[in-house]
Amino acid sequence: MGEILVVVDHVDGVVRKTTHELLTLARRLGEPSAVFFGDGADGLGEAAGTSLREYGAEKIYVVAGAEFADYLVVPKVDALGVLVQQVSPTAVLIPSSAEGKEIAGRLAVRTESGLITDAVDVQAGDDGPRTTQSVFAGGFTVQSKVVHGTPIITVKPNAVTPERADGAGAVETVDVAVPESSRTAAVVERRPRAATGRPELTEASIVVSGGRGTGGDFAPVEAFADALGAAVGASRAAVDSGWYPHSYQVGQTGKTVSPQLYVANGISGAIQHRAGMQTSKTIVAVNKDSEAPIFDLVDFGVVGDLHKVLPAATDQINARKG
Amino acid sequence: MKIVVCVKYCPDATADRSFAADRTVDRVGVDGVLSELDEYAVEQALQVKESGDPETTEVVAVTVGPEVARAALLKSLQMGADAGVHVLDDAVHGSDAVATSLILAKAVEAQAADLVICGMASTDGSMSVVPAMLAERLGLPQVTFASELTVDGDTVRARRDGDVATEIVEAAGRVLISVTDQANEPRYPSFKGIMAAKKKPVESLTLADLGIDAALVGAGSAWTAVEAIEARPPRAAGTVVVDEDGSGAGALVEFLAAQKFI
Ligand SMILES: Cc1cc2nc3c(=O)[nH]c(=O)nc-3n(C[C@H](O)[C@H](O)[C@H](O)COP(=O)(O)OP(=O)(O)OC[C@H]3O[C@@H](n4cnc5c(N)ncnc54)[C@H](O)[C@@H]3O)c2cc1C
Ligand SMILES: Nc1ncnc2c1ncn2[C@@H]1O[C@H](COP(=O)(O)O)[C@@H](O)[C@H]1O
Repeated sequence: MGEILVVVDHVDGVVRKTTHELLTLARRLGEPSAVFFGDGADGLGEAAGTSLREYGAEKIYVVAGAEFADYLVVPKVDALGVLVQQVSPTAVLIPSSAEGKEIAGRLAVRTESGLITDAVDVQAGDDGPRTTQSVFAGGFTVQSKVVHGTPIITVKPNAVTPERADGAGAVETVDVAVPESSRTAAVVERRPRAATGRPELTEASIVVSGGRGTGGDFAPVEAFADALGAAVGASRAAVDSGWYPHSYQVGQTGKTVSPQLYVANGISGAIQHRAGMQTSKTIVAVNKDSEAPIFDLVDFGVVGDLHKVLPAATDQINARKG
Repeated sequence: MKIVVCVKYCPDATADRSFAADRTVDRVGVDGVLSELDEYAVEQALQVKESGDPETTEVVAVTVGPEVARAALLKSLQMGADAGVHVLDDAVHGSDAVATSLILAKAVEAQAADLVICGMASTDGSMSVVPAMLAERLGLPQVTFASELTVDGDTVRARRDGDVATEIVEAAGRVLISVTDQANEPRYPSFKGIMAAKKKPVESLTLADLGIDAALVGAGSAWTAVEAIEARPPRAAGTVVVDEDGSGAGALVEFLAAQKFI
């Protein structure tokens, strides 16, 4: 079985859940090899190594150097280009973040390979991986395959439930000379997002969102989210009004979420919002307008004022939890 | 200074979007528009022009697409772009992102632009890969997903909001940029703009004009193949209750408990 390169997404050495998902998918296709980009000289930390092995990484390629964090995208493509040459992998799996898709795009051009973005499922086929994508705001499902070069596939969060498996996780250090011409777009400042204590939006199994109907008061939305252990999201109308930060926007130009449960509060359900949440397993809405299009999507809906419904529901949930 | 803006003609997101019989996006049977997200790219180009030296700066909108895609150029000209380039060739039909980026790269190269500005994603394909691919092919620094952009002399500085951090990115010289819908507020074409657009030049180019081998692009040479497309079954109608005297909260909590979310 050939190697499947999995580009590791980590924050300061803490491996993110999306990577565990990619490793789980990679095991269907071949032998997972994690590719870990380390800042500075430290390379792979112990926690990261353990986390990758626990989800089945047979090899861990470690690419260390400040340039991978100091310049946008290109140095990582340089390294992956070298690895694809050396290893001839069966496929390359990359998280579907903005950066991940850019890495994938450049790698496809450079290695003359077919590219599939935003897969929501990947299965083994007779002649290479088969992907499933959800397009046009979730209106259609498309099955595709790559027919040229090395299949390069970016995968959306929550595509699969991560499954543990013991991997050997043999560490191999990869030396890549990153030329001056790859050091052109410099990251001169990085401001990590302040921690909220809530799950990360794209990873969360429950997302509770607020829209224009909150009237600017997100407290009932946040309290309800906390009762459910959920992440908080927002519509663009709420973000544009300055009520909630853009990094929490769900939709076409925000995050795409695919949780077990999505609760839309005071959100009408515009097509651009649906593009970011339509693949959620269970959808619930609270909206005072019974005609709101969001009700076409719901498994359960309450026609009512969110300022009344949410606080009462929050109290009842907290009471049940004792 | 010359600024090239890459604009795409996409089916209207609020219309009933669909696929043609050959499994490509139906761009002809469905009402189309200049991709809403490319309006931000056009606006950015106009702002760079206006805040720099408007007299010596030219904004050229470039599109790759069928006959109807001319509408995307026209809208860009109405907003204030100076000229349009339409790569129009039957052989382009069915091109994937890799091939599209090849065609765009040749068209952009021919313009010898100082800045290339793209949208963050096309509203139909939504891959968000063409700008990075273009930068790769053109050998230009990529300053992409800019939610705030300043051009100061030959230095471009952008705020890029990533998944876990916000980054400030800087590059100098000729640069490829993509902007998000946070970057600016696209203007509406004025009456004057609409009238002026009728007289602005639009050049139509074939693959041969750009020196591109037609065998490298189009559906036949795509590096990915669509095997099946299915309309997603409509979601089964859910239960909707009307809140009366607090009944809504109770019903909601019962539902969540029954589904084991509590
Ligand atoms: C290029 C482009 C990209 C876009 N990208 C996105 C995106 O990524 N994400 C996104 O969300 N949108 C996006 N939009 C905007 C989108 O079209 C809608 O304008 C937006 O989603 C509306 O947000 P909303 O539902 O909160 O507001 P509205 O549409 O105004 O709906 C508010 C809802 O709240 C209800 N309501 C009011 N008061 C109460 C109350 N007290 N209790 C309960 N309900 C109440 C109302 O009945 C109404 O249904 C985009 C648009 C464009 C053009
Ligand atoms: N056919 C095209 N013609 C012109 N520009 C395009 C075309 N396709 C993509 N682009 C540019 O690339 C950006 C991102 O597109 P995509 O990678 O398809 O999501 C768009 O916002 C445009 O600026």
